[in-house]
Amino acid sequence: MLELLDYPFMRMALVAAVVTGLTAPAIGTFLVQRRLALLGDGIGHVALTGVALGLLTGIAPLATAIAAAAIGALIIELLRTFTRTSGDLALAMLFYGGLAGGVLLTNLAGDSAATLNRYLFGSIVTVSSDDLTVVVALGAIVLLVVALATPQLFAVCQDEDHARVSGVPVRLYGILIAVLAAVTITVAMRTVGLLLVSALMIVPVAAAQQMSRSFRGTHLWAMAIGLAAAVGGVVVSFEIDTQPGPTIVMLALATFAVLAAARGLVTLVLRRRSTTSRGDV
Amino acid sequence: MTPSEPAQPPVALQVRGLDVDLAGRSVLRNVDLTVHRGEVVAVLGANGSGKSTLVRAAVGLVPVRAGSIELLGTPLASFRERHRLGYVPQRSAGVAGVPATVREVVLSGRLARRRFAGPARRADREAVDRAIEHVGLEQYRRRAVTELSGGQHQRVLIARALACEPELLVMDEPLAGVDAASGAKLAEVVADLVAAGGTVVLVEHELGPLRPVVDRAVVVHDGRVVHDSPADDAHVREAHSERHTHPHSAEPARLEPFPGEGVL
Repeated sequence: MLELLDYPFMRMALVAAVVTGLTAPAIGTFLVQRRLALLGDGIGHVALTGVALGLLTGIAPLATAIAAAAIGALIIELLRTFTRTSGDLALAMLFYGGLAGGVLLTNLAGDSAATLNRYLFGSIVTVSSDDLTVVVALGAIVLLVVALATPQLFAVCQDEDHARVSGVPVRLYGILIAVLAAVTITVAMRTVGLLLVSALMIVPVAAAQQMSRSFRGTHLWAMAIGLAAAVGGVVVSFEIDTQPGPTIVMLALATFAVLAAARGLVTLVLRRRSTTSRGDV
Repeated sequence: MTPSEPAQPPVALQVRGLDVDLAGRSVLRNVDLTVHRGEVVAVLGANGSGKSTLVRAAVGLVPVRAGSIELLGTPLASFRERHRLGYVPQRSAGVAGVPATVREVVLSGRLARRRFAGPARRADREAVDRAIEHVGLEQYRRRAVTELSGGQHQRVLIARALACEPELLVMDEPLAGVDAASGAKLAEVVADLVAAGGTVVLVEHELGPLRPVVDRAVVVHDGRVVHDSPADDAHVREAHSERHTHPHSAEPARLEPFPGEGVL
């Protein structure tokens, strides 16, 4: 198994997986808390248009993807705040626009479906060392901002009204969350791919909730599960020759299924125990 | 209104000529409300009367079309000392997608007094513990908020508002879906806060367990203040002396409803 470290592209893919696995749930926890679990999906689709723009113009797709994702994130946040378009309607339109725009522009660029496929579902062999530098730097920024601003982000996502009365600039933090999500998505683009990146932001959080009652516990466990799924997924996808994105997501989902089943069992046992020894409640 | 009477304590909340539109509909028209420090004022009214909008506008959650709002002597737009203001929103607003413990939620009420980044300091942790004990939830500190009953959840939101040690506490329907024990606890908290020099403004349909601690009731109907009834002197004296229990008090607690109370 260690021989896969002999391949330079595998070493780079694993580093990218570590960064992705930690950052995606770090910001995803706030999206789930804010009940915007599908925001990542919407931004991912818009980033696809950004990638296609990069392919069409010859600019690095990573750069155009970051720009498109950030703009998309801002649009969603502004629509949510200033218009009466509901969040899910705004998201739906981004889904369609992003996917259609991405495929259309890729066609115009003359690139095959295979090129697009690498961005849609990830591809461990395409992580270049330049890409890796950007991925690590952006991932570090996301983690640092999350670590510093967690009290504010928690307050805004828990109860927007209360946070506003407490003097927290709620709109600013809303934009910060959206932009952090956009950056995270482009960081994860090479590993998980744009169509499944949102899963790595959300599924580890759902899994962590099965074993934690606190926000902090959920946050940290989600990052641990995300890390394990991303690294494990890259290794498995190398061994059995599959695309990394779907492999990572299936691993994360399997973790969720096992934890949910275990929790269900524990609840059942506790309930039975409390009914047999009723009276000392 | 006559110019400030010398005997009156300073003003905690001053609303003058307030007009509020929501979604193009006029919700409040020319509303005046003055709350002095040390007072407990209930804003009563039916659903859709605008009573909730009045306090939401007062704390800056709803844009104002016309009028002025002053909090603790400072115009709302330049009111920066947010830790002096505690706010308890309607409970339905606070359901998040990730579990959080009682301690975590109450700690978020401390933000206005915390430094920008870095862990909570000892003073923060102590204030959070005090607030949790004040509402009687110390044994639930590590429980997820979603596992609590409606009344307990409401007490968490009140503890969150108390965590920043506010001078003015504004509560939006704190009794909604609350059991008798939590209602009694709430009355106790209000009495303690006022005894310590604080001010309370609350919105309710019915005062129930809070009636003995309320000094004044303001009735909002169809976007206007239609009634402002200070409790009689005897009641105020009684309410200020023995708020928790008053079995031997000479004056009975106000048991008859304020006008406008319980109107649905």
